[in-house]
Amino acid sequence: MSRPEGAGTSPGGTPARLSREDVVHVARLARLSLSDEEVELFTAQLQTVLDHAADVAALDLAHLEPSSHPIPVENALRLDVPRPGLDRDEALAMAPLVEDHRFRVPRIGEAP
Amino acid sequence: MSSAHETAAAVRSGSRSAREVTEEALRTITARDGDVHAFLTVLADEAMARADVIDAAVSAGEDPGALAGVPIALKDNLCTRGVATTCGSKILEGWRPPYDATVVEKLRVAGAVVVGKTNMDEFAMGSSTENSAFGPTCNPRDLTKVPGGSSGGSAAAVAAGFTLLGLGSDTGGSIRQPAALCGVVGMKPTYGRVSRYGLVAFASSLDQIGPFATSVADAALLYDVLAGHDPLDSTSLPMASPPAFETIEKGVDGVRVGVCTDLIDGCAPDVQARVRQAAEALAAAGAEVDEVRVPEFAYGLSAYYLIAPAEASSNLARYDGVRYGLRVDAEDAAAMNTATRTAGFGAEVKRRIMLGTYALSAGYYDAYYAQAQRVRTMVMRAFDSAYASFHVLLGATAPTTAFALGDKVDDPMAMYMNDVCTIPSNLAGHPAVSVPFGTGDDGLPVGVQVLAPALAEPLLFQVARVVEAAA
Repeated sequence: MSRPEGAGTSPGGTPARLSREDVVHVARLARLSLSDEEVELFTAQLQTVLDHAADVAALDLAHLEPSSHPIPVENALRLDVPRPGLDRDEALAMAPLVEDHRFRVPRIGEAP
Repeated sequence: MSSAHETAAAVRSGSRSAREVTEEALRTITARDGDVHAFLTVLADEAMARADVIDAAVSAGEDPGALAGVPIALKDNLCTRGVATTCGSKILEGWRPPYDATVVEKLRVAGAVVVGKTNMDEFAMGSSTENSAFGPTCNPRDLTKVPGGSSGGSAAAVAAGFTLLGLGSDTGGSIRQPAALCGVVGMKPTYGRVSRYGLVAFASSLDQIGPFATSVADAALLYDVLAGHDPLDSTSLPMASPPAFETIEKGVDGVRVGVCTDLIDGCAPDVQARVRQAAEALAAAGAEVDEVRVPEFAYGLSAYYLIAPAEASSNLARYDGVRYGLRVDAEDAAAMNTATRTAGFGAEVKRRIMLGTYALSAGYYDAYYAQAQRVRTMVMRAFDSAYASFHVLLGATAPTTAFALGDKVDDPMAMYMNDVCTIPSNLAGHPAVSVPFGTGDDGLPVGVQVLAPALAEPLLFQVARVVEAAA
C-alpha cells in the first residue's frame, strides 16, 4: 500500500497535516458524529499526537519485520468435543430490543 | 488491616472469621469512599454471603484456599456474572455479563472475597481515572491529586485500606503507574501468563491483568493465584507457571541489575533521586549494578499511541447498540450505530478510536501502523540486547508524583507522557512491577520500576522485595 503524496512523514520531511475533512471522514468510518467544535478540537489534538509520531515515521526500519504480538503462540488447539455454549435466552437477555428470539434492529438499507 | 497472606492464614486456621474481615472492609469503604470514589459498585451482600461460605468451609475442616477471606477490589472491566460491568463507560451502563472472567473464577476458588468493582478511565484509556463517565477517583494520599490510571480505582482502594488486594489491567502502564502514584505495589505479568478471558478488550496484543497489593509478598501471592494456562484464551501461554511467592526472600546476590538511564533521565529530579537510591540499595544487598542505555525506548510512546488506538478502534466496533449496552434509536441501523456510539463514548475514547481508524486507513497504514509495529520489533530486540548483560532492569515507573485533578485533562499528549516509562514492557510483553520507594519533594509516593524478561516473574518479585525492604 503506498502513501498519498505528502501523507505521513518521509525521513527529514514534515509531519502529515490533518485537515478538518480528514477528521470528518475518519469519524464517519468509525460511526461517530461530531459537532463543529469537536471537529475543531479533535483536529488540533490528533495533529499533536501525529506530530509526536513523526519521530517514529522518520525512522528507517525497512530491515525489521513488523510485530503484531509480543509472544508468539501458534495453533491453540483443543479436542473437537461438543460442549454447551452460551444459552440463547442469556445471550439475548442484555439486548436493547429482542423479537422472536432474535436481536431486533431498525431497517438496514433503503426502504423499497 | 494486616497483610493478605497473614489474613488468609488466620482465616484458614480459624483464628479470624472471613465475616469479621469482610465487615471491617465494608465499614472502611462506607466511612471513606464518599471522599475517594474508588468503587463504582460495592457488593456488600454478596461479599458477606461469600465470607459465610468460607467460614463454613473452615468449620467443616475444608481448606478454603490461598486467599481465604481476603477482601479484593476488581477493576470494572473484568466480567462478573450478573453484576454490572461498565468499563467506566455510559455505553455499558446497566450491562450484566452472562459469565465470569477466568481470574474472577480463580479468585473464587482461592477463597477471596470480592467486595466491589472499581472506577477506571473509560475502556482503560487514560492515566488519571478522570476519563470515567462516572466521575473521577481521588488519590487517598491527597484528595486533590489524581490516583493515576487507568486502574485508579483499584490502586486507590488498596492505598486507602478498603481492601488488601486489587485487580487491574495494564495495557501501557495502567497497573504500574497508579500503583506508583498511590504508593502501593502494582505488577504486570508476562503477556499470556494470566488469562484475558472475560477482560473487556482494549488493545488485545498489549492488555494483561495483574495484582495490586500493599506489599511485594501479597502481590506475589495474588499473582500465583491468577497465573496459568487457560484454554478459553488462545493467547494464554500453554505452560506451567512456577510459583513466585515462595521464593521472594531469595535476595539478589549475584543478580545483575541494569539501571536504565532512558527510564530515569526524563523524570523529575526527586523521582530520579529515589531510583538512584533503590539502585544503591540493590548493590548493598549484593546485586551487580551498572548503568545501561536503551535509546530505542524513546520511540515506544509514539509506537504505542498508534498500535493501541488501532487495536482499540477494531475492538470497540462491537459497541453498535445491537446485542448489549446502550441503544439510541434512529431511522436505520447505520444511523442507530452512529447515534449510540456518539452518545455512549466519552471524548478520550472517541479520540483514540479516530486516531486508530486513521492509522489503519488506506494510505496511512504503512506510514503509521506498520511502522509502529516495526518499532515494536526494534524495542523487543533492544530488550534482548540489554538482557544479554543484565538479569533485570531498573527505572522509574512514572515521570512525576501524583498531579492535581484537572491538570492534564485538556492536553492529551501531556497525559500520554505519563506512560513513557511503562510502555516498553507492554510492547515486548514482559513482566514489570512498581514498588513504592519513599516520597517526592511534595511528600507524595514515588514508584520504582523493576523490569524482567518474559516468564521471569519469580526473579522480578525477588528483586522487588529487596527494593521494598530498603524503602
